[in-house]
Amino acid sequence: MLFTRRKKAGITLVGFILLVVSLVACTNQSASQTAPQTIRETVVVTQEVPVRETVVVRETVEVPVEEPIVYVYSARHYGQMETAFAEFTKETGIEVRFTFGSDAELRERLKAEGRFTPADVLFTVDAANLWLAAQEGLLRPINSDVLESNIPDYLQDPSNQWYALSLRVRTIAYHPDRVNPEEIATYESLADPKWAGRICWRPSTKSYTQSLVSSLIVHHGYDKAKEIVTGWAQNAKEYIDSDTRILQTIAEGGCDISVVNHYYLARLLSEDANYPVKLLWANQAEQGVHVNASGAGVTTYARHPENAIRLLEWLSTERGQRLFADSNFEYPANPNVAPHELIQQWGDFKRDTLQISEIGSLQADAIKLMNEAGYQ
Amino acid sequence: MRSMIVPLTRRYWNVMLIKRQQLAGNWSLPDRWSIIAFLIAGLALLPIAIILRMLVQPAPDVWQHLWATRLAEFLSNTVVLLIGVGLGTTLLGTALAWLVTAYRFPGQRLFDWALMLPMAVPSYVLAFVFMATFDYAGPVQKALRAWFGSSAWFPSIRSGGGAIFVMTLTLYPYVYLLARAAFHEHGRGTFEVARTLGVTRLQAFLRVVLPMARPSLVAGLSLVLMEVLTDVGTVRFLNFPTLSDGIFRIWHGMMDRDAALQSAAVLLLFAFGALLIERYTRGRARYVQEGSRGHGLAQVPLTGWRALAATLVCSFVLATAFLLPVSQLIQWSVHELWHRMPEGLLAIYWRHVRATLILAGAGAVISVLAAVLLAYGTHLSRSPVTRLAARGATLGYAIPGAVIGLGVLLPLSWLDHTLNDVTYQWWGVLPGLIFTGSITGLIYAYVVRFMAVAHSSVEASLEKISPGIEAAARTLGARPIRVLWHVHLPLIRAGMLTGAALVFVDVMKELPITLLLRPFGYETLALWIWQNVAESLWSEAALPALTIVVADLLVVGILIRSATLRGRHSIERT
Repeated sequence: MLFTRRKKAGITLVGFILLVVSLVACTNQSASQTAPQTIRETVVVTQEVPVRETVVVRETVEVPVEEPIVYVYSARHYGQMETAFAEFTKETGIEVRFTFGSDAELRERLKAEGRFTPADVLFTVDAANLWLAAQEGLLRPINSDVLESNIPDYLQDPSNQWYALSLRVRTIAYHPDRVNPEEIATYESLADPKWAGRICWRPSTKSYTQSLVSSLIVHHGYDKAKEIVTGWAQNAKEYIDSDTRILQTIAEGGCDISVVNHYYLARLLSEDANYPVKLLWANQAEQGVHVNASGAGVTTYARHPENAIRLLEWLSTERGQRLFADSNFEYPANPNVAPHELIQQWGDFKRDTLQISEIGSLQADAIKLMNEAGYQ
Repeated sequence: MRSMIVPLTRRYWNVMLIKRQQLAGNWSLPDRWSIIAFLIAGLALLPIAIILRMLVQPAPDVWQHLWATRLAEFLSNTVVLLIGVGLGTTLLGTALAWLVTAYRFPGQRLFDWALMLPMAVPSYVLAFVFMATFDYAGPVQKALRAWFGSSAWFPSIRSGGGAIFVMTLTLYPYVYLLARAAFHEHGRGTFEVARTLGVTRLQAFLRVVLPMARPSLVAGLSLVLMEVLTDVGTVRFLNFPTLSDGIFRIWHGMMDRDAALQSAAVLLLFAFGALLIERYTRGRARYVQEGSRGHGLAQVPLTGWRALAATLVCSFVLATAFLLPVSQLIQWSVHELWHRMPEGLLAIYWRHVRATLILAGAGAVISVLAAVLLAYGTHLSRSPVTRLAARGATLGYAIPGAVIGLGVLLPLSWLDHTLNDVTYQWWGVLPGLIFTGSITGLIYAYVVRFMAVAHSSVEASLEKISPGIEAAARTLGARPIRVLWHVHLPLIRAGMLTGAALVFVDVMKELPITLLLRPFGYETLALWIWQNVAESLWSEAALPALTIVVADLLVVGILIRSATLRGRHSIERT
């Protein structure tokens, strides 16, 4: 009796520990399961081929037997992705699983995970981050005629490691009752002391701000750019980490001017056509307005590269572009797809044709510059 | 962390016990239970040791770069926030506690427990609700401008002041709870003696009651300071970066991992400072203990404008810190469910709830298991070294999540990659990222951070068991493990459940560790809030925030019950 009870207690304890361990193991779905799986698949193949298995295993890992699934790291936010993914799954039968994070965070994750990353595709909201990812060897070159014909050359990586899928214009917003747009025609003009205490800025932590400052460094050099950004910081009324809230604050009279991505105003206009804030295309007489791209690339160690490429291809087609760009009022990267009517009213603009690679390489400098200039 | 409140007063006796045993020279070979305790302590201390190591191998170039940029700002913000929130919570918590224990006014019995409710709202939730309510484009300032014209001045919520305000409102209950207990316990006798000696009530409070309650106040304050140090959400949302947030800004923003690690080491020093304050006051906790387990004060009824003022002050605090955020969250959630596609929203919601339940559940179960082993181990082996190990193992509650997250990430990712290299070389197999690619690493970090919470409830109920019962079982020939299983576990079940509930809720709210270590597809409710607020989609962050607040309320309910029960006993006795 005494013995069996002790045993029972022991068995229960062991059972419980096993339960916990298996719980942990089960939830470890992403990485550890798929790796042995590919190897199991290759064993099947090697049996057909009359060569000694042990030698061949490593060479046949490339056999493209992909489950209908693709894993995505996305810096684009929920509402902007899910309908497109759902439609893609409906048309192709390929399931899309995704995890969100900021551009920089996801890049750091990819770096840390190395060849074991679960991610097949990386979506960023900022082209400089795609360039940095490619630079760090996190993306692979892909061969796709569909992407080549749908995405113009200047919106893709020269070595085909990434493709832009939509464009976002970061330009000047103002309240028409309180500001004469001719006085704020350029980014540089916002450093003029007469705007002291009248500008709301997005903090330096946001990649949009960093890319804009990088472009200033390219055009003016570090010192001049720092002078401009110092002027910006001195004119700051408040730093608000949301373009939407910035526009709402302008509408309410909290500040008069800001620099925002165009689609945030489009969103507000879609709810209220008379929204009292206006946009102007900056620097039209000079290099043109600062344009950023949201895009994607296939990761170097993707386990489902075929599916990943298919997803990118589908997003570059007319149908994919409609869902991808229109859900957020962005300009489609595919020139054959017209922008959403709501943003057509703003007309054409001269775009700053700066190489994205240049902006990417200056990202760290831009952060340093803003720190030194006192831009929060 | 809030269950730390209960045993704070008891720790003094533990220390004394260790000292006594050290004097007795009770050293022997470590037994099996001590080894278990050491193992747990070793695992818990590893992440902290890894970050500490950063301090002994300083990198001058990294430091130069850090100083040139924003480290000074992060440091000064941290200090400002510590001082501001420390002062704010001490004043507010003490004043409210004195008001509800020493006076009677309309609603006093309700406020007595209701003033603990703000504890259920995480600071970062209050921060984004306040941002939506009180910033320039929010309804409050709009109304003010409508009444007083566009010149109406209002302080900016996105500032150090705003962060201090928000954190004071969510953290004052720590001080309130302990101050209230202290006033209840030893208020009457000394207070009345002081009064018979001819001082006014105010003087008696300031010169007698307050100094006697000081250890409790400082204990509450040290808990507040630890919360301030670990916060990343509030300070990020309100744009007032402290060291904890700075680690993320430096790593992800400046892509500089070494600099982030160095800042983590500096943050660790701050945490040790808060820990020292706590340990120091613990030594003086006998102050509290020696007071008679009191009868509570004879409450003075307030009348007229005084009564009105007291009611108004309490209502104001309760309304801004609890009723406003909760009703705003409810309103947003209803709006979301009503106006957006409910199917889509609910699908996302369940995905997050599922991940949160798995993580919080696993974190709670494993923390409690480890806590039972640790508490029982120290209970059995009376060696002072084992007790020291137990103290080391429970250090995590004072260490900010960002530090523990980094301290876990580094060794585990090294382990993962080494493991893969070795197995690939020997057997041609790649097991993948076993630790960092799964929830293993995440759970490990949670356990390191929150085990103290489980440990203190388990230990508390273990100590209540009469040694006679155990001795009886042992003389009947049962081995320790059998005694634990058949005697102790059934008796400490309540303590285990409380501990598990506390850890569960803490994991649910956790941000920095989850941000750093979450594997693919594990998006918790707290992360959902983080990502939505980053885009200023406040109404979309409402549903997960409301869920966290409701879960938190259950735990705060337990706390309120135990706090008011104690109070009621003392009232009955009078």
